[in-house]
Formats: sequence, structure tokens, C-alpha cells
Amino acid sequence: MTPDNLTPEAASGATAPEQRQDESSGLKGLTPKAKKQRLDRLAELAAVHADEKGRSLWAEAFRRVRKNPAAVIGAIVLLLFVLVAIIGPFLVPYSPTSTAWADQVKEGQNIIPGPSSEHWFGLDHNGRDEFSRVIVGARQTLLVGVVATSLGLLVGCLLGGLAGSAYALGGRRGRQVDNAIMRVVDMLLAMPSLLLAVSVAALLGPSLITVMIAVGVISVPVFARLLRGSMIAQGHAEYVTAATALGVRRGRIALGHVLPNSLAPVLVQATLTLATAIIEAAALSFLGLGNPDPAVPEWGVMLTDALTRLEVAPRLTIYPAVGIIITAFGFTLLGEAMREALDPKLRK
Amino acid sequence: MALLEVEDLGVTFHADRDVRAVDGVSFAVDAGKVVGLVGESGCGKSVTSLALIGLLPNQNTKRVRVDGSAKFDGLDLLRADRRTLRDIRGREIAMIFQDPLSSLNPVVPIGVQVAEVLIRHRGIGKHEAERRSAELLDRVGIPDPRRRLKEYPHQLSGGMRQRALIAMAVACRPRLLIADEPTTALDVTIQAQILELLKELVREDGTALIMITHDLGVVAGLCDSVNVLYAGRVVESAGRHELFAHPTHPYTVGLLNSIPRLDALRGEELTPIRGSVRDVLAWSAGCAFAPRCDRAIETCLTGPPSLEGTNHSFRCVNPEVVP
Repeated sequence: MTPDNLTPEAASGATAPEQRQDESSGLKGLTPKAKKQRLDRLAELAAVHADEKGRSLWAEAFRRVRKNPAAVIGAIVLLLFVLVAIIGPFLVPYSPTSTAWADQVKEGQNIIPGPSSEHWFGLDHNGRDEFSRVIVGARQTLLVGVVATSLGLLVGCLLGGLAGSAYALGGRRGRQVDNAIMRVVDMLLAMPSLLLAVSVAALLGPSLITVMIAVGVISVPVFARLLRGSMIAQGHAEYVTAATALGVRRGRIALGHVLPNSLAPVLVQATLTLATAIIEAAALSFLGLGNPDPAVPEWGVMLTDALTRLEVAPRLTIYPAVGIIITAFGFTLLGEAMREALDPKLRK
Repeated sequence: MALLEVEDLGVTFHADRDVRAVDGVSFAVDAGKVVGLVGESGCGKSVTSLALIGLLPNQNTKRVRVDGSAKFDGLDLLRADRRTLRDIRGREIAMIFQDPLSSLNPVVPIGVQVAEVLIRHRGIGKHEAERRSAELLDRVGIPDPRRRLKEYPHQLSGGMRQRALIAMAVACRPRLLIADEPTTALDVTIQAQILELLKELVREDGTALIMITHDLGVVAGLCDSVNVLYAGRVVESAGRHELFAHPTHPYTVGLLNSIPRLDALRGEELTPIRGSVRDVLAWSAGCAFAPRCDRAIETCLTGPPSLEGTNHSFRCVNPEVVP
């Protein structure tokens, strides 16, 4: 009785090399079916691994992550990023919103002063210190990434957890519940993510919260499907039978036994999603759906502002772009390393 | 009246073709007694035990049909509704599984898993449950129980894990324990300790125990009476002493002869049973064991042999020794 979505093809065929690269950028560019298979595969991997005897899944995974130089680099990058986001605003030389040097900027003559010893990254088009803005912008970016991912994680896990436990423990009625939930999730999954995000953002009007919600919504189906697959795989585990044999209630089995064992792939995906979320958030801001408040610098908004002055001062696009790239890179490195650590087939 | 009376238990799996995994098995278990279900892999012993507590995958759906009756203290387990069954499991009837590592949740501390059963069935608080869990671990012979409560299954040795699993099973002093090959995954020395522990629990609590095993050594050390299963049917049933003194069914004799003996001469050949458990005949056509039996005669293929005898019953038309 193999669940319909854990077919052998999903287990073996889903990791074609050309698809693997896509994983770093989340699940973009994949057909909905390939997306599904990819998620189910990840869910399954963790389940298989947990069955192996010896050390616990997490201890083992952590040991392998530590040995992987990519993971260490990723972790260092992220640590720096988080540090900058948290204490950066207290260390910056100038206020990010101060236009004290506006007189040096002469837009009519295409003069925007470049880097100097006073202003390391130069000034922006309003005469504000670009370095301070980039540093302070990190906080906003982190905030958007974390809140959006948490939102997606929360809703996705609620849906996926409900569907997964219904399928694994609920008998025939449970399977119907699962079917109903997952078809809705599949619809979300089938929609191109940026289009979905733009629709949400357009509905709610431009603001920072909008961006968070929009980016969160697009990660909901990913988490839902992943957790569901993982829980179904765990549902066949012997400890579930053992707990049932001791009369433990089904709700308690789902929450206390199956769920904790199913979270590994979801957390890996969350790390990868953080990277995508930051990029998507920047994209939404770039499209003018982000935070309209100029008092709070944000990398995506900074990119948009800089775009019209690309010929005059290309460096203004480079700073926030490099910030986005490095951050996404860090999350991706760490997430990929975690995924590899959980994948017995990729072990060295 | 016996604590558990299984009458004519049958389990049929409806797959591509129907498989009759258990076919008319009857036995009874008295309080404080140990009953063995013995047989090779695939003879239906685990299916029997799972069917009794309603844990077969898809039990009570169209895909699995269970017939017969299993009266536990007057209540037919096979007809009981899910809620009743759920309350009985763990409190009145508990089960011990073969592989202690996979039967314990890897990410939940031992203490929580033991306490869970107590909280569920005894309705006591978390704190009280924890205290009693420590007592239970102590009772099943886990040293330093306070510390062990906080440990995860992977931190325990195989024997300790099985002890923890037993602690969970006996937490609510069930009246019936079903142990499905509880020692198969363990070292021989640990096996002996676990068997000793089970014996002690049965003696102290007056618990009835159904011991499912393929190991006649376990049977000899523990069981009061034994049912030998082959291809889903009981082929021989007797008290322990009687069975070992006068094995009657050729299959039982074969099982006994297959045990390597420590005092055998060097170079002496082992005497396995020919063929494998897959070489069965449908019972309707004759004796299912006939294709592997050295004593098979023509009568064996004329129809299903019936179970003969009262205290020592056997299903054979050409038995080894007539008791």
C-alpha cells in the first residue's frame, strides 16, 4: 500500500542533475509535477535515514554538516549577515535617512559623488550615505525573509500536518480530508510563484507586510506538501504501531510521535526558502509593491531607485544587489549542505 | 473460563489473489500462564497477534477479512468497536515488539514515552507519571532510571531498549501481554535476561503471556503450553513437557531437529527441514506440510487432516509417535 505520491519514480527519478541546480533557487522553473516529486523525494529521504540505526538523525546530520566546507562558509556568511542586521544600525557612521549632503548631488548634471574616505560607498541620488543605507537595509531584508518564511512554514505545516496525519492515521475518511487539502495546495503549487506573489501584493496594496504575506503565501504549498509526504512516510514506522498498541490516542501519536520525526526535511527546506524569500521580497520591492516608506532603507527598493540612474551611478545598483546575492548564497549553501547531510545517497 | 479464548480465528488478505494467512486457529490463555505460538516466518503467528488487538494494516476494511472470535474476559476483541479497543490496548492488553529500536520513537526521550502510557490510561499528572516511570524502569532492571528517563533510544543498548519497551507494556499492569519475537533482535546473553524478566513479570503480576517465537529454546524456557503453527493452522498443540517429550507432528519434529546442538559431535551434519515455507499446498487439497514432509503418504493428499486429540492435539495422518 504505497501512498500514491511516494511512487518509485519519485524516489529515484526526481534527482536528475539538471534539476538539482534548480533547487538552490527554490523550486522555480520546474513543472508542478517535478516540483511535487522533488518535495516527496526530500520527505522520503529523511524518513529512510531516520530508520537507520545508531546515532540520532540530528546528531549524525550535524556531524556531516560540520565536515562540509560549503556549510561552514554558508554558516559564517549568515552569521555575519545576522550580526550586521542586528548591531549594524548602531555602528553606521551616519543616519541612513539624513540628506545632509544633498548639495553635493547634482542630478541635472549627472553628478552623484562616488566612494570617498567620508562616504565609503558614496552618496545616493538624494545625498544620503549609501554605506549606512546598505547596512541598515540588511535588517529589513532579514526581517522580510524570516517573517515571510515563518509565515509560510506555519501555514504550510498546519495544512500539511493536517493532511499528513489524516492520511496516515485517519483511515478512509482521513484520506478524503487529505485529498481535499492537497488539491488546494496543488493549485497553489501549480501557479508561478512570482505571479502569485504579485497578485497577493496587488490585492493588499504596497507595504512591507504585503511583501511578507505575499512571499509567505508562495512557500505555503512547498512546506505543506513536504510535511505531508514526510508524515505519511513516518506513519508506517513501527513506533507508530507500537504506540497504537499501547492505546495512545491518534491525535497524540500525530503530534507527539509522527510530527517531530517528520520535521527534518521541512527545516532544510525552510533554510533554502529563506534564500528565495529574500530574492522574492527584493523582486516585489523592485516591482514597486514593497515598502513605500523612504525612511526605512530596503535593498529591493534601493535597487529600483538606482535603476533609473544606472548610467550615472551603476555602483548604486551593485551594493544592494551584492548584498542580496551574498545573503541568498549563504542560506543556499547551508540549506544544500543540510539536505546533503540528510541524503544517504549523496554521502561521501 | 480462560482469560482469552480464541476460536477459529481466520485472517484473509484480499490482494491480487486472496491469501488466507491464518486459518481456523483456536487456543486459550489462562491468567498467569504463558502460551507459545511457534512457527517459521510466514506461518501466521504475527498476523494472529496483530489481529487480536486490531492492529493489522487495513483491519476492518474490505481488504482484510477477520473471522472467528477472540473472547477476552467475555468481550469479543474481533467485534469490539475502535474506541473500546483503544481503551483496552495498553491497559488490559499490551504488546511487545520484535525490534526495540524501531518500536521506540527516536526523537522522544524514553521517560516521555513510558509516561505517555500512564497518562493515557491512568489519568495521572505529568509529575506523578514521571515518578512512576522511574519505578517502572527500575522494575525492568534498567540501572540509574532517573537519568535514563531523559535519554533517547539511540543512547541505550539493545537490551536496555527492549527493557524500556517492556516497561511501557507493563506500565498499566495489563492482564494479557503479547510478545512478538521479543528476543530475536538481541544477543543470546541479553535474550536470556529478557526472558527471565518476562518470567518474573508473569509470576509477580499474574499476567497472561502469549509468546510468539520461532525459537523452540525460548519455548522450552518459558511457555506452559505450545501451539505449533504451519501455513496458518495449528498443527500441534500440547503442554511444554509433553511436546518436547513426545513431538508428534513431523513438522514439530523437524523444528526440534533443526536446532544445532552444543553437544553434537564435530562434523555432524545439521538436519534442516527440506524446502521452504513457500512450498505449501493449499490446506483444502491436503496437508500443507506434505511437500516438505519425509513421512508423507498418499493419504496426506486426499484432504485436510483434522486436529485430533484433546490434551495433546495434532494435525497429521501419519504421525511420528502416537502419544
